Formats: sequence, structure tokens, C-alpha cells
Amino acid sequence: MTNPLLSVRDLKVSFPSETGTVDAVRGISFDLKAGRTLGIVGESGSGKSVTSLAIMGLLDENVRISGSITFDGQELLGKSDKQLSAIRGNGLAMIFQDPLSSLTPVFSIGDQLIEALTVHRKLSKRAAWARAVELLETVGLPNPERRMKSFPHEFSGGMRQRVVIAIAMANKPKLIIADEPTTALDVTIQAQILDLIAKAQSETGAAVIMITHDMGVVAKTADDVLVMYAGKAVEKAPVHELFHRTRMPYSIGLLGAIPRVDKAEKQPLVPVKGNPPLLINLPDACPFASRCPIAIDACHAREPDLVDVGNEKMGEHHAACIRSHEITDGGLIDGRRVFPLPDVAERALAGVPREDRPVTLEVRNMTKTFPLMKGAFLKRKLGEVHAIRGISFDIREGETMAIVGESGCGKTTTLLQIMDLVEQVDGDILIGGTSVADVRGGHAERTLRRDIQIVFQDPMGALDPRMTVADIIAEPLRAIGTKKAESETRVDELMDLVGLDPSHSNRFPSAFSGGQRQRIGIARALATNPKVVVLDEPVSALDVSIQAGVINLLDELKAKLGLSYLFVAHDLSVVRHIADRVAVMYLGAFVEQGSVDEIFEDPQHPYTQALLSAIPIPDPDIERTRERIVLTGDLASATDHIGGCSFASRCQLFKVLPPEDQARCLGEVPPLTGPENHRNACHFR
Amino acid sequence: MPRNSIQPAVGPETTAIRLPRKRMSKWELYSRRFRRNRPAVAGLVIFAVLVLFAVVAPLLARYDHIELDFLNLGEPPSGEHWLGTTSAGNDTFAQVAIGLQRSLMIAVAVSVGTTVISAVVGTAAAYFSGMFERLTLLLIHFLMVVPTFLLLAMFSNDSGGDWRTISLIMILIGWFFPARVIWTMALSLREREYVHAARYMGVPGMKIVLRHMLPNIGSLLVINFTLGVVAAVMIETGLSFLGFGVKIPDVSLGSLIGSGANTITSAPWLFYFPAAALTLLTVSMALVADGLRDAFDPTSAAGGRA
Repeated sequence: MTNPLLSVRDLKVSFPSETGTVDAVRGISFDLKAGRTLGIVGESGSGKSVTSLAIMGLLDENVRISGSITFDGQELLGKSDKQLSAIRGNGLAMIFQDPLSSLTPVFSIGDQLIEALTVHRKLSKRAAWARAVELLETVGLPNPERRMKSFPHEFSGGMRQRVVIAIAMANKPKLIIADEPTTALDVTIQAQILDLIAKAQSETGAAVIMITHDMGVVAKTADDVLVMYAGKAVEKAPVHELFHRTRMPYSIGLLGAIPRVDKAEKQPLVPVKGNPPLLINLPDACPFASRCPIAIDACHAREPDLVDVGNEKMGEHHAACIRSHEITDGGLIDGRRVFPLPDVAERALAGVPREDRPVTLEVRNMTKTFPLMKGAFLKRKLGEVHAIRGISFDIREGETMAIVGESGCGKTTTLLQIMDLVEQVDGDILIGGTSVADVRGGHAERTLRRDIQIVFQDPMGALDPRMTVADIIAEPLRAIGTKKAESETRVDELMDLVGLDPSHSNRFPSAFSGGQRQRIGIARALATNPKVVVLDEPVSALDVSIQAGVINLLDELKAKLGLSYLFVAHDLSVVRHIADRVAVMYLGAFVEQGSVDEIFEDPQHPYTQALLSAIPIPDPDIERTRERIVLTGDLASATDHIGGCSFASRCQLFKVLPPEDQARCLGEVPPLTGPENHRNACHFR
Repeated sequence: MPRNSIQPAVGPETTAIRLPRKRMSKWELYSRRFRRNRPAVAGLVIFAVLVLFAVVAPLLARYDHIELDFLNLGEPPSGEHWLGTTSAGNDTFAQVAIGLQRSLMIAVAVSVGTTVISAVVGTAAAYFSGMFERLTLLLIHFLMVVPTFLLLAMFSNDSGGDWRTISLIMILIGWFFPARVIWTMALSLREREYVHAARYMGVPGMKIVLRHMLPNIGSLLVINFTLGVVAAVMIETGLSFLGFGVKIPDVSLGSLIGSGANTITSAPWLFYFPAAALTLLTVSMALVADGLRDAFDPTSAAGGRA
């Protein structure tokens, strides 16, 4: 047995705050050997990032840390900042979540790489330059020589993350800490970056700590998994053990709450009720007990220790639950599920075929171009950005239409065109049969806006922090001139409908958690009884356990009220769960459109295939054995004039076509063809 | 509309059980952070005492501020005249009290006026954008190059030193600097999702400005107001000192200091008492503004102390 590279013992971190001392990490212990990957999962606020910052020694001075962190035989706690600087970036390297802010905008990529190289060892300028170019080549940047002189803003998010990884690799570190390295990136780029981290690991032989909230990423990358809750490890096991023989109710809940892109049947997701506790003056009880469906009195008596529940065959498995020995494989207790499945609401419109339902929103040939201007005083037009190039779709009553695609493909612009009621040059937008071109004057606009409402992505930003919840929900009612007494009863009704207690209506949004705030946003959108609700990434800012509850709520509301949703998301698993019809968007145009099962079961367009294969599946056995199409490169610029298929530059099919077919791809724009419930825009599919 | 709960309520009930602590309201938090700042509390106390003095002292004074006591000309402080008299026989105690009252009235009126105008113009320009924004900014930038102090001096001299005219002119020349600052602040608010949400609900533009944008820069406005009081007192004092401000028989701190400065060697009490009142007023307001800024600012270096 070799000695562990990193050994953390009983690490505790606490911050002072206005309301008392926050115990962010409350005693964590783990070992990590060279070449292994430890996945740390948990929801926001569970202490994952604080743990990694404590290892790096990057916490503020007023933070109290106790315990022991031994790295490569040296105790890190108690070292001065100067002593730690010799280790950071040299033995220890970190990859941060946001590639936008982890590179200095005023220095070129080359300067930053060379700085990372020369700060720890003496290197001649020429040698450092050569090594930097070599590193950029390793992380797969095209034209590394030329790229050395580029500045961070000239790179896309994925490219920047590659540079960050190159800097992390610069001194052949023994430990790389990756803190949510792919959360800010699109799925196709995420797949590239995860592969790259694996490559960096195999080249340097480093150990990796992969901090993430995405169970799919864990299933793909980790050897061992540590599940954190309320500042403590609640389960620790090798990856297969954790996914297949889960023993702690919280981990079972996390796994059950994730929508699966590879599962067709629509059973409701299992949300974990409640919210994580605030980490101030926690009582000596299981912190999960108040959310746990199988909690018994003994759970409130004292906090359970992390004990070994493994057997000889499968190796170590630790769980912190006093009932873990009663839980059997598949998340069952006494033969029943730990988290019982919620009931499915009966769809009022289930029996009515699609053709017989009224159309609630129709978009015909929508286009949007932004002019590119140059010059401060006399602006002249340089060219155009084609944000949307002629898309058409319709949504019928009780139906969910999802638009998916990577960032920059024009999803949000589409929504804004609809919400701003923009008159189309050579097309039309019809809401409940009324064309936006016929809307003249404030009154007509307000009447039309009753039928279409929006729920935003960020539950914090979409609610005015200085208004009470009652005022927020009543605002659309006041806008259409509803009487005060009437709107008050309506507010109570709506809060009840979305699962909030109406007696809390006089509170401010800051008193609610993220999931509850999103419910407030949904209640507000439903206030005027709209026909169509536009959902702009409604769950992407929420933790998985909370996300499941909101998705179930949306499902139920649709079934009960016969709503139509226009759903925009980049998370295909969520789309598969909630949508009836899907359109895949690439550079402002639909490349594939049809019913959800058709598209997920039998993707035809090469882009859809790549997108689907890039999503990590939260099951290590499936995830590590399946074939993957990894796209090269980034989304092309929408300013370029594209004569043929816009996807040809990244297309995996294009590469294997004979030259005469390739010429057709480049010279002829492929139209959207095929039957009504599955159309695609590829010449050869 | 069905009234049954479609999902077991998440949160509030369990929250109450899990977190037996009371949740701090926003104002509780602000006042707690303000109270922790000792100089700010001292500033508030001094300010309160000054206001009390300005209101109550004229009632207690033995002499009116216009009344002339020919038996005591240019006397130092005594039992008869607590802060002495001027060479004309005016009671300095009464003059300081009335002068402080006048200065405060001007300062508060000007500060309220500039804050309201600048807030509405700044946020409206940011929200409505386009032509309205460009024209407003053009006006503001034009006004910025006008020599305003000169204009102020001319107008106030013309009006014969009426404090209401002085206040009005001071509002007219004082609103555009804060308006430009508020415009930049409101630019980021304009992009907030709750502003978009309100627009998509069909809420009229001016209502969005008043209901969503103004309250969210409230803390900035409060601080602007307190600093505005300081600035107004200073400008008024400067004017009066130069002889363009409030005219005799009406007095302000500035005019008192101005006339007192001439006799600083022979009758120093005529200068020091109004000067002390002015110093206390501006320092206390500055301390209060500083404390408010720290209390409202979530990122301030409070060091996390509770």
C-alpha cells in the first residue's frame, strides 16, 4: 500500500456572519492516492467548495480552520501564505468554475502561461515559451504559436477553460482540484473538457478532486465518491458501490431526483422535500432528518457517525445513517421505496388527438438580424448577425414544446421576439389566434399579454427584492385592472396552487429558498390565466433535489389547467422529461423538430446525435461503456455568411462523406424535411 | 380553480421547526449594523441635539434675534447674553439659533428637491432609453459646463436674499450631478429580470420606474440625501459668507460667520459660536451618511461581526 497523496482529517471550517458563526465544514476526513479521482457531490451550500479552498489555503483570514490537511507528507494548515504559494500552482493546481473570470483580461494567454511556469522554477524565456506552446498543444488549442499572443476575450468559454487547464498542468502538479469545471459550459464542450481533464490526469499522474453537483459527471469521472450534506460527509464509497448500493437516504434522494435522458417512460421525479439547514448552531441531530422520509425518533437524538457499512467483497463503504443496514439495493427499505413516488395528475386533454386541439401559439418564419456597427461617431454597418433564420412552429393546448441548443444558438432571442411582440417582416407570431401585427395601443397589448406569460431562469433576479410576495403575484392582475379584494383572494389561491403557504404572502422574496422563489415566479405567471407560459431555463439555477419538485409542479399544472408551455433549455434530460415536442436549434435555425420520443430514440441529424451522446448519464456502468460522438470545435459565428449547411464545419458525418456529397453540404442549405412528427435538416438523413 | 394543494407544502412549516431562531427583518439588520458604527450613532445624536436646539432655543432665548440691546454693544458672553452680543446689540445666542434653523431649512429643502428630481430623471432616462435617454444626458452634460455658482450668486442677490429663492435656485443647479450618477446605477437595474417581467406583464413604463427601479436604489438615495444636506449647508454658507446669500435682518450660519470673521480679533465669540454650530452640523451628517452607507452595503467590510 502506498501512502495517500492527500490526507484530510477532521477538517472544520467556520465563518463569522451577522447571525452567528456559520459552520460550513463540520469534520471531513478522506484520503486520496496518486492517480485516483475523488468526486465530491452535494447541493449548493453543502461545503464542497469551502473544502477545496481550505486545501488550497485560499480562505479569508477571519475564517477559523481546524483539523489536519497533509499533502505529500507536509502539513498544510498553519503554513503562512508565502509558504503555501510555493506549493500552490506547483504541487497543487486548481481549475475554477468560471473560465470568464479565472483569466486576467489584460494579459495575453502566453504571458499568463509563462508566468505560471516561471514563478516556480528557473526557466529561460525561450524554454518557457516553448513549454507554453507545447502545453497549449496538449490541451488541443489550434495554432498554439499564434494563440500565445491572444487575449482571453478572443476565446470562447470552452477554449478559455482549456487554457485554464493548461495553466493548471504547467508544473506537473500532483493534485488537481477541479471545482465545477464544466458547469458554465455547454454539454458538447463539457464532454471535451472532461476528456481533457482525464488526459491531463493520465499525463501528469496526478490525483484529481472533482467537485460537482452533476451525478452524471461523477459517474463518468470519479473512482471514489464523497457525498456531502450540511458540511459533513454522509456517504463515501467507490463509484459503483455508491450508484448501485446506495445506503444513505440523501444520496438515494439525489439519484432519484435526476431526470434521465435515456429513459422514455414518464414517471414523476422524486423530489427531496424541504431545504438544507442553515449551518448556524446546528443541534446534535441528523441534519437530514427533517427532510428524510424514513426518519425515526432516534435520528433526532444525536448526529450519526460515518460508519463502515461495506462488506469484504465490495470494499469500503461508509454511510452516516442509523438505518443504513435496513436499506437494501435500489433504494428500498422493507421492500418499499425510501422516497415514495408522487401521484401523477390525470391529463384532462390526454384523449384528444393533437390535431383537434386549438393552436395557442404559432410562429411563422421568424427572422432576426442584428446589424454590426463600427465607429464611435458616424456608425457604419459592417455586416449582420443572423440570430434567427426563419423558424416556424406551433404549440397546441396542453402541449409542451421545447427548444434546445447550445448557448448562442438563438433560443433566448426567439423568446424575446415573442415576448416583445415583434412584428415580423416576412412572417408572423400568433398568440391565441391574434397576430402581433394587429396589436395597436396599450389596451390591446395588455389584453394580448394576458394570454402569454413568462417564467425566468434566475429565481433571485426575477422577483423584486423590495416587494412582498403578495404584491409580486398581484402585479400582473393590477396591470390589467383587477380589483384589490379580488386579486387578494386570487393571490391566496395561486400560492396554494404552487405549493406555498398563503399565510406567508406578506414576506419578502429573500425569506424564501431558490425553489420556493421559482414557485412564486410560476404563481405570478399563472395569475392572469394565460394560455401559453414561456419558460426560460426555469430549473437550471436550482439544485437537483429542488429541481425535481419544480418540474413535477410544472407537469401537474399543465395537466390540471391545460396550459401550453414553450420551454427553452440546454439540459436535454429535463427536456426529455417534460416536453411533448422538441426542436433542436443550431445557429438560429431548427435542424431537427418532432415529437420528443422520436427525436430522443431515433436522432437523425448529426448535431442531435452528438448532443445526445454528450450528456453524461448518472450510471457508471452505462456511462463508461457507451460510444460517444465528441464534437470538435465550437459553435461557428453567426456573422459568417454560410452558403450551405451551418453545421458542416463540426459535422462528424461530413468527414466521412465522399467529396461530391461534401460539396452539396457546403453549397446548398438543407431544408427541414420529413413527416410532421419528425423532420430534420440534413441532406443525407 | 381547484383549491386543493397539488403538492405537500415544501419549506415554511418544516423551516419553522428546523430553524427556531427568528429571522431578522431587513430594517432590523440595517439598524443593527448602523448601531454598531459608534461614530455614526454619535453623529445622529449630535444632529438630533442641533435640530432640537434650532427649534427650542428661540423660545427660551431672552432676546429676539432682531431686537437690539443698546445697553450691551459688542459684549462678550455673560449671564445676560449667553453667547455675547454684536456691535449693533444683537443677541448672538438668538442669532445662532435662528441662523441654524434657517440653514437647516435651506439644506433639507434643497436636499429633498435635488434627490427627488435626480432620482426620477436618472431612473426614467435609464428605463426609457433611446431618444429620451440621449436628450436627458445631453441636457445634463450641457448643464455641467455652466458656471453654476456664479448664476446662483447673481440670482440670490437679485432676490434680495430670500431663502426660498436661494433654495429653489440651488435645487435647479444641484440636481444634474446626482442624476447622472443615478442613471449609471439604474442602467444595471434596467436589465434585471424583474423589470423585464413587469414589462411583459403589461405594466406601464412610469409605474415600473416608480415601483421597481426607485425602491431598489433606495439606499443610494438615502445616502445622497444626507450628503446633499452637507453640500447644501456648505454652498449656502459660502454664498452668505461672500455676501450673496441670506440678507439682514434674516440670518444664516453663513452670514453670521461672514460678519463674525471681520471682528475675529476684537470679538471672537461672534465667529466661533456659529462656526462651531456649522462644523457640528456638517460633521454629524457626514458621519451619519458614512454609517448608512456601511449599513446598506452588503459587501462592506463589517468583518462579519454581528
